[in-house]
Amino acid sequence: MANVTHVKKSCAVNPLKMSQPIGAALAFMGLNNCMPTLHGSQGCTAFGLVLFVRHFKEAVPMQTTAMNEATTIMGGMENVEQAILNIHKRANPAIIGIASTGLTETKGDDVDGYLAAIRKKHPELDELALVYVSTPDYVGAFQDGWAKAVTKIVQELAEPGEKIAGQVNVLAGSNLTPGDIEEIRELVEAFGLKPIILPDLSGSMDGHVPDNFSPTTLGGTTLAELRSTGASEFTIAIGEHMREAAQTLQDKCGVPFQVLESLTGLDANDQLMSLLAQKSGRAAPNKYRRQRSQLVDAMLDAHFYIGGKKIAIGAEPEMLSAIGHLLVGIGAELAAVVTTTHSPLLEKLPAQEVLIGDLEDLELRAQGCDMLITHSHGRQMAERLNIPFLRMGIPMFDRLGAAHQVTVGYRGTRDLIFTVANMFMAAAHEPAPDDWRQPVADGAECGSCASTAAH
Amino acid sequence: MDALSKKVQEVFDEPACGKNQAKGEKERKKGCTKQLQPGAAAGGCAFDGAKIALQPITDVAHLVHGPIACEGNSWDNRGAKSSDSRLYRTGFTTDINELDVVYGGEKRLFKSVKEILDKYDPPAVFVYQTCVTALIGDDIEAVCKAASEKFGKPIIPINAPGFVGNKNLGNKLAGEALLDHVIGTAEPEYTTPYDINIIGEYNLAGELWQVKPLLDEMGVRILSCISGDAKYQEVAYSHRAKAAMMVCSKAMINIARKMDERYQIPFFEGSFYGITDMNESLRSIAKLLVEKGAPADLLERTEAIIQREEATFWQAMEPYKDRLQGVKVLLITGGVKSWSVVSALQEVGMEIVGTSVKKSTLEDKQKIKELMGEDAHMIDDMTPREMYKMLKDAQAEIMLSGGRSQFIALKAKMPWLDINQERHHAYAGYSGMVKLVQEIDKALTNPIWEQVRRPAPWETNSVPSAEDSGLSKTTTPSALSPEPSVLGGLSPQTSVLGT
Ligand code: SF4
Repeated sequence: MANVTHVKKSCAVNPLKMSQPIGAALAFMGLNNCMPTLHGSQGCTAFGLVLFVRHFKEAVPMQTTAMNEATTIMGGMENVEQAILNIHKRANPAIIGIASTGLTETKGDDVDGYLAAIRKKHPELDELALVYVSTPDYVGAFQDGWAKAVTKIVQELAEPGEKIAGQVNVLAGSNLTPGDIEEIRELVEAFGLKPIILPDLSGSMDGHVPDNFSPTTLGGTTLAELRSTGASEFTIAIGEHMREAAQTLQDKCGVPFQVLESLTGLDANDQLMSLLAQKSGRAAPNKYRRQRSQLVDAMLDAHFYIGGKKIAIGAEPEMLSAIGHLLVGIGAELAAVVTTTHSPLLEKLPAQEVLIGDLEDLELRAQGCDMLITHSHGRQMAERLNIPFLRMGIPMFDRLGAAHQVTVGYRGTRDLIFTVANMFMAAAHEPAPDDWRQPVADGAECGSCASTAAH
Repeated sequence: MDALSKKVQEVFDEPACGKNQAKGEKERKKGCTKQLQPGAAAGGCAFDGAKIALQPITDVAHLVHGPIACEGNSWDNRGAKSSDSRLYRTGFTTDINELDVVYGGEKRLFKSVKEILDKYDPPAVFVYQTCVTALIGDDIEAVCKAASEKFGKPIIPINAPGFVGNKNLGNKLAGEALLDHVIGTAEPEYTTPYDINIIGEYNLAGELWQVKPLLDEMGVRILSCISGDAKYQEVAYSHRAKAAMMVCSKAMINIARKMDERYQIPFFEGSFYGITDMNESLRSIAKLLVEKGAPADLLERTEAIIQREEATFWQAMEPYKDRLQGVKVLLITGGVKSWSVVSALQEVGMEIVGTSVKKSTLEDKQKIKELMGEDAHMIDDMTPREMYKMLKDAQAEIMLSGGRSQFIALKAKMPWLDINQERHHAYAGYSGMVKLVQEIDKALTNPIWEQVRRPAPWETNSVPSAEDSGLSKTTTPSALSPEPSVLGGLSPQTSVLGT
């Protein structure tokens, strides 16, 4: 339905997009006892680290192979080896997840080859899982890096095995917060199923206060669970960008899968309920029947405020699709839409035009909109546009609780609808005496209008 | 040797650098960037350093030439404040794609400059080099030259790609770019005998504005601040100042020294943190200006201001002096500025139980020794685990550090205060010192500490434990703990059973 266009200009202004490697790094952060590591120059890691610290308000484990000009030209074998040995020595993680960067991709480092050689040379590392994913900075965006990392994780670590009754894989998309994942776990468990969630940020980035300081991730999908994904009965992929990982798992271990485009909205959750009921052979628990009716009620109450509103939204395809379909489903219009990268979801969006571009493009198109939805970098334009601003996505550095924002499930959808409606309510215009006065024709101004204009 | 490596070598050779003075010729050539350890490094790159140093110039368009990583992951994340233009907070990047990597990104860069000039009309564009574009051989100096000629506006190349070194090197390369292309290219409308430059002050959280009123009162004019709240023109005519103050340790010493050489602008190294340093700095400014011909009554005026400000400060300290006496502080600043913060905290009676000196010069270390005694606990490279332990064992009562290490303190359930780039409070000058003390006091006396350290009911014997309650192993710790985080714990949650 939507016309997908690429912006025609040379210079990106106020980027919406972030790079693939840090998307991959965040996926690795959803694994337990893991050290995400960028193969590149140290600055790339430093920026990623600062970004995640400011978003999650959380200590963030992330390392670098610390390439410099000379090592780049010679090739990074030695740095990758040194990095692995050093991390092994200092942090002793179960998994090291390595993502390449623009620098090492430009040089053409064969990291898969390096890893094979390092494995041979260092039998002492046999217990350590190494996952490498190729994520050049100059291709794709954050969610692509995340998706590639998850695909590579299952490809490397999932082991085919005898099916374990009731065990389900949940492949979680990059737009889901730790709070979302917590909610999904509860949903699946409520049907008596045992979920393995990958990546599981709810364990590692949820803001818990551990008793000990750890240099690696604490919590998240364990190595044993990762291996066991191959023995699950079924995979639920949440988000179109998780399709490839699910497919890979099916090809490798014969685990069938279904992709749910999102878990935000009535329809989406009805689908999930049917799927879980079917897989578990259990009826939907009462709790969710109540929550469904609460959501329906919320839609009834909120449609007065959301109907007819024009939304300007800048988000990665997955989040854009989830939030976009929800709001259009309550009568809003996606009047200005900008995203970061290609996705089959874009064409299906209920909007006239979807632009792969930046926040400057969004700002130009957002004139006359009633609400702005994007990550915290929208704060400057929101001020200029002077419209309500709903922060969603990464980074969210100027508000607390980003990790706990829940927009999935009947309950999460209900709360999101309330949030949006409340913002419209708060910004509602108070009637004034001149609101309905007809504009006066040129040259026939009355005295008071003329004097107002002169102010 | 290409132009960039020559520049890097030159910067390493800096004769005014205290560290270098202690080194032999050969050692000096090797430069001051320690070889980074793969898998054990965490600092920012040279590009980051260059951007930190120059982005505070507010009316310039800062264009980053490279893939989305360098700007997209980091823009608008620093706390330099502006009294006027907001253009410096706009993120510009060429966001190069795969084709650019193959065919070169120079064309895109040139067109980007044009787009920026057309749309935003800044007095100048700064073009930052990054790793990928440097590797594929994009010649930003040539593109900038061509663009300057074509468009008749200064387009300035900042050649500090990330992989040449750390932030500190980036600061200096940024300084070189100003010296080569900006400083001395314009003339001020008029000059006075009271014109100074402040070099290496970035106006984070508006700190320059804590000092400026006092300088105004002295009758001193900041001709140019490099680079906090600066306009392009101000930097361009900064060579007409009579004297300069260099702030913040060694970050921009090359600018100060070369401006002294080229334009006979004497400088001193000072700090706006702490009472003693503040007094010293004001005095030195006055002294240098008088030596350069300003009327001598400036000295008396300055003394009077110092006296008044000090009196006001100590009066403001009254309620805190007893409370903060002997409070043990762990100070992790990455070394730069640590001695000046050390002395500041000691002045109000706090005890520094440890300070990081990773990036400090010998001279800095000597100063710290003077302040903290011979057995000063200087930490060269403290691991997070060690910091955590120090706090957990209460060897320190509060940690002052940059944002990245805050969770080490908070997860140890210990007070923490941000003293780096992204901080929200301004701590410069006399008023800033009052603020710092107030913030430390606020952090220490907040009622949350006692609450967040209290054990959960299931950690005491009277309540069945998780295993007893039959909760499955896969349930995450958070599912068991209704208290989400230290930050979330700001609202008093007394009874977890009640939630
Ligand atoms: S290290 Fe290089 S690629 Fe990475 S952020 Fe710095 S300049 Fe950009």
